[in-house]
Amino acid sequence: MNDIDSVPDWIAAGCLLVGAFLCLTAGLGVLRFPDVLSRMHAGTKPQVMGLLLIMIGGMIRLTGWSATWMLLLVGVFQVVTAPVNAHMVSRIAYRRRHVRRDKLLVDELVDAERGAELRAGEQGERGDQPADAPGQPGDPEADRTG
Amino acid sequence: MTVFSVLLYTMLGVGSLLAVGRLALGPSLLDRVVATDTLLVIITAGLGVYVALERDPHVVPVLVVVSLLSFVGSVAVARYVGGMLMRSSEDGSGDPGLAPPGTGQTGPRSGERRGE
Repeated sequence: MNDIDSVPDWIAAGCLLVGAFLCLTAGLGVLRFPDVLSRMHAGTKPQVMGLLLIMIGGMIRLTGWSATWMLLLVGVFQVVTAPVNAHMVSRIAYRRRHVRRDKLLVDELVDAERGAELRAGEQGERGDQPADAPGQPGDPEADRTG
Repeated sequence: MTVFSVLLYTMLGVGSLLAVGRLALGPSLLDRVVATDTLLVIITAGLGVYVALERDPHVVPVLVVVSLLSFVGSVAVARYVGGMLMRSSEDGSGDPGLAPPGTGQTGPRSGERRGE
């Protein structure tokens, strides 16, 4: 690690420094923020940016194409999977009422949820659940699996 | 450049310790899911910092595996909590112990809101 002397090495060092600082920020936000949604916000956005910067630093520092492509794969994978992860966690958090509603400025899902409940009451169905949700009423498979 | 590497590892270590603190404190299961995801990504970042500082490409496949694992774990636990939610709201047994003690039920429950 004693060979930071050229311009690309200094660029890589800057990327690593900013990336590590963003990871520190993510940990701080996860510890300090008040509810699940804001914690998840802290745990996904600076996180992904920090990991991408560290991957860019690694790509600059490493020589050899295979390791570079693998680092690129890690970065692309993080960008693709972090929104999926955050969406699933926040959807479940909203339904479990883990959201501090007094801290929300706009809550557009209240009307949508109410409409879903009304429709569910009329049609005898429940809201927007996944098709393989356990314990659907009138589902013979749920009785079979117990 | 030893000071530089110590600075990097210190920032990552403090970040992961804060995430572990949320993992221990976290009042609900979803807080722990978020904290675990954050912790695994910080571990990935630490491996990336090691790779970049030492120019050592042998750890790079481990990095791919840890990144995959964090996604699969978080999505699996989120799906599991969703299944618990649906089952508990159906059989009327109420809360399966997932709500945080203080801040959980700030909003009205769905059954009560209909009567407003």
